[in-house]
Amino acid sequence: MSYDTLVVGAGIAGLTAALRLTEQGQRVLIAARGVGATHLAPATIDVLGYLGDARVESPAGSMKALLAASPDHPYRHIPADQLAASLTWFTARAGTLGYVGSLEENMLLPTALGVPRPSALAPQTMSAGDLRAGGRFVFVGVKGFKDFHPALIAENLVRAELSQPVTARAVELEAPPGGLGDLSGRVIAGRFDDDDLSHWLAGELVNRTEPDERIGVPAVLGVRSATETWGELERTLERKVFEVSTLPPSIPGIRLYEAMARALRAGGARIVHGVRVVGAHANDGRIASVDVVNATGTVSHPIGSVVLASGGFASGGLELDSFGVTRETVFDLPLIGVPTTERVRFAPGYFDAQPLARAGVATDDLLRPVDAAGRPVYTNLHAAGAIVGGAVPWKEMSGTGISIATGYAAAEAILAPATLAVSEAVR
Amino acid sequence: MNDVIRDSLDHCVKCTICESFCPVSQATPLFPGPKYAGPQAERYRGAGPSPDSSVDYCSGCGICTQVCPQDVKIAEINSRARAKVWERRGIPLRNQLIARPTVIGRLGTPVAPLANWALHNRAVRTVVQSVIGIHRDAPMPSFAGKTFQRRSRNHHAAPGDAPAVVYFHGCGTNYYEPHVGEMVVAVLEHNGFRVIVPEQDCCGLPLQSNGNFPAARTYVRRLVDRLAPHAREGLPIVSNSTSCGLMLKREAHEILGIDEEDLKIVSGSMFDLCEFLAGLHERGALRTDFQSLPLTVPYHAPCQQRGHGIGKPALDLLALVPDLKMIELDVDCCGIAGTYGLKKEKYEISMTVGSRLFSDITATGSDLAACDSETCRWQIAHGAGVTAVHPIELLFRAYGLDRTSRQGLVAAAMRSASVDG
Repeated sequence: MSYDTLVVGAGIAGLTAALRLTEQGQRVLIAARGVGATHLAPATIDVLGYLGDARVESPAGSMKALLAASPDHPYRHIPADQLAASLTWFTARAGTLGYVGSLEENMLLPTALGVPRPSALAPQTMSAGDLRAGGRFVFVGVKGFKDFHPALIAENLVRAELSQPVTARAVELEAPPGGLGDLSGRVIAGRFDDDDLSHWLAGELVNRTEPDERIGVPAVLGVRSATETWGELERTLERKVFEVSTLPPSIPGIRLYEAMARALRAGGARIVHGVRVVGAHANDGRIASVDVVNATGTVSHPIGSVVLASGGFASGGLELDSFGVTRETVFDLPLIGVPTTERVRFAPGYFDAQPLARAGVATDDLLRPVDAAGRPVYTNLHAAGAIVGGAVPWKEMSGTGISIATGYAAAEAILAPATLAVSEAVR
Repeated sequence: MNDVIRDSLDHCVKCTICESFCPVSQATPLFPGPKYAGPQAERYRGAGPSPDSSVDYCSGCGICTQVCPQDVKIAEINSRARAKVWERRGIPLRNQLIARPTVIGRLGTPVAPLANWALHNRAVRTVVQSVIGIHRDAPMPSFAGKTFQRRSRNHHAAPGDAPAVVYFHGCGTNYYEPHVGEMVVAVLEHNGFRVIVPEQDCCGLPLQSNGNFPAARTYVRRLVDRLAPHAREGLPIVSNSTSCGLMLKREAHEILGIDEEDLKIVSGSMFDLCEFLAGLHERGALRTDFQSLPLTVPYHAPCQQRGHGIGKPALDLLALVPDLKMIELDVDCCGIAGTYGLKKEKYEISMTVGSRLFSDITATGSDLAACDSETCRWQIAHGAGVTAVHPIELLFRAYGLDRTSRQGLVAAAMRSASVDG
């Protein structure tokens, strides 16, 4: 079956580009080696959290300073109104997950380690965890659930730098009745979906929390109907309740993936996991077909456009071999931000500014990877997400923001010529 | 043995993505999950015994491998580990029996009415459960009596100058669903092909998943011997059984470690039936003289179908049929996993795994569902109480072949693949 666009990668960037294209009428194939970081990351949308060591209060307000300090940053290609439009679009597509927040101010939500995390958007179920106004917090764990440590969160939080005073304490509940075996986040979430554990949880919490405390629970309130479960808990307890991200797997991330995948399927897009895109055949500077390795071998797909959303080093979009050579793994594209072999590739401290961290493809304003002379490598190849160089997402806390902004912009760039052609035809 | 499989475990970064998809570990505490049983435990599996036998509760659906972003061959590692466990313990009679569909088929076919009565008689099944260990409620197909091989012998093929295609029908079609095989042939002939049906036997997949690798290899080699001469002529081989097709495409090499030229050439010639037909359409070579089929049908792409990495060609094809609305289901697994759900100790697990799929099918309000894999169809029919058909049956009807085709097909198409569970 022929497709208009092939998207390489099924993380947030690939899903965003694919869904935008699908809802504009394109037939889209997502080919991915596997599932992306959705299942690992907390599902908050972090646009810009830090400039150097300084926490950012307003992503929109700090964008100019970011681009001055990092001139090759992917946000350079995203006009302010398009960044806002991409987040508005995303919030609407996330639907019942009910994302709240804005580009104007970051929320500060506690992480699984009790560190305040600056996020522009977060699922509704997490939003009451915002630490900015200070107050009394209680974090609730479950015995035997090894991926959530309420005492660690509470102790770290009172040490955190916050403008308003915060108190925090920990409570540990006995495991919910009826369960057997290993208590993983996925298993507990499944029980919230199937067995309705919210009555049990509300019953436990009512006597162990105070009316003026905000209650942080592990983000395991179900995969299918977490927002309802959370709402019911708040109503029953008449207290503020919020989910706190756990160690992986991330249940809020699974919800987000499933919401987007469902919308993609409904629109007729095809998601294929466990395959590898290994190259392209080009004509006149345009990719005419791509080679995909599946169970049979290599299959060529004729294609109109390609979005490369294969991720950075962690996801295999970039590779550093034992000879010190860094390469882009799908189309062997030219890279920026790679230290020359004479220079040191790694700083000694794990959390130091790592020289290799900004490696990735450089693009033009249509998100097309460019060569050293600034010309697009292929006129119909666009890049999105962590494969785009010039950023240090984990330091800046900008990963999901970059993924949505560039995924959306890549889709818009693909759609734009069609829009032009249509308007010309009308004329 | 190629050790690409075992070596892949070094790529595991313990990200837990496989764990969050594993349908079995979410249904039972008896299986600790693909990461634990796979890359983690594998490090401790040397020449000695496996550190634990929980890996036997892996159903082998293969979803873990598909979703792993680091290319770790988790399901393949687990499949080999399971074989090691059984190598030491000795494979029980039940597993030896259900892993040999041709033996069962040859025993049951001549006495089909009696065998079918026994297969669906509660008292008999209760005895079978306690003596052999096949769960009395597990879905069982009915012997057709006359095999597809025998039926196809009387079939007059299209003229010799038509392009030829080789049909690998598998055991399910041969013994239980020969009408599906006849529809496959009719649809291929309708599209101008001459269909060659070589003599054939089991692909060895059930033996592989029950841990008897030596016997599985014997079956693969015997089958490959029969298919390779056609593949060498450059003929495509199509299969309507997604799991048996995947066995020849990939698993016989990756899991059983068969590294022979004949297998390679057969692997490279294998097509899933819907993949083949969708490929024809892509080249403008598929007939699209479809009649209206005003139905709404939920479609489940089985795990082994997704293992092909070919998308969902059944949906691409059925989208060509006027007034036919397909609903793409998004639950990963029906639970049966070949012979897994037949086993006394695993039946409940398999039904728990499938429960969400069953309820999603029920929620569509349709009394018909489509699915490419035969054991999955039997499980869906059993669990959701619907008639479950191969997508080819919908194409066959949309082409109007149930009205124009040879005698016997009309009844077969109407009867469809219903199973009394």
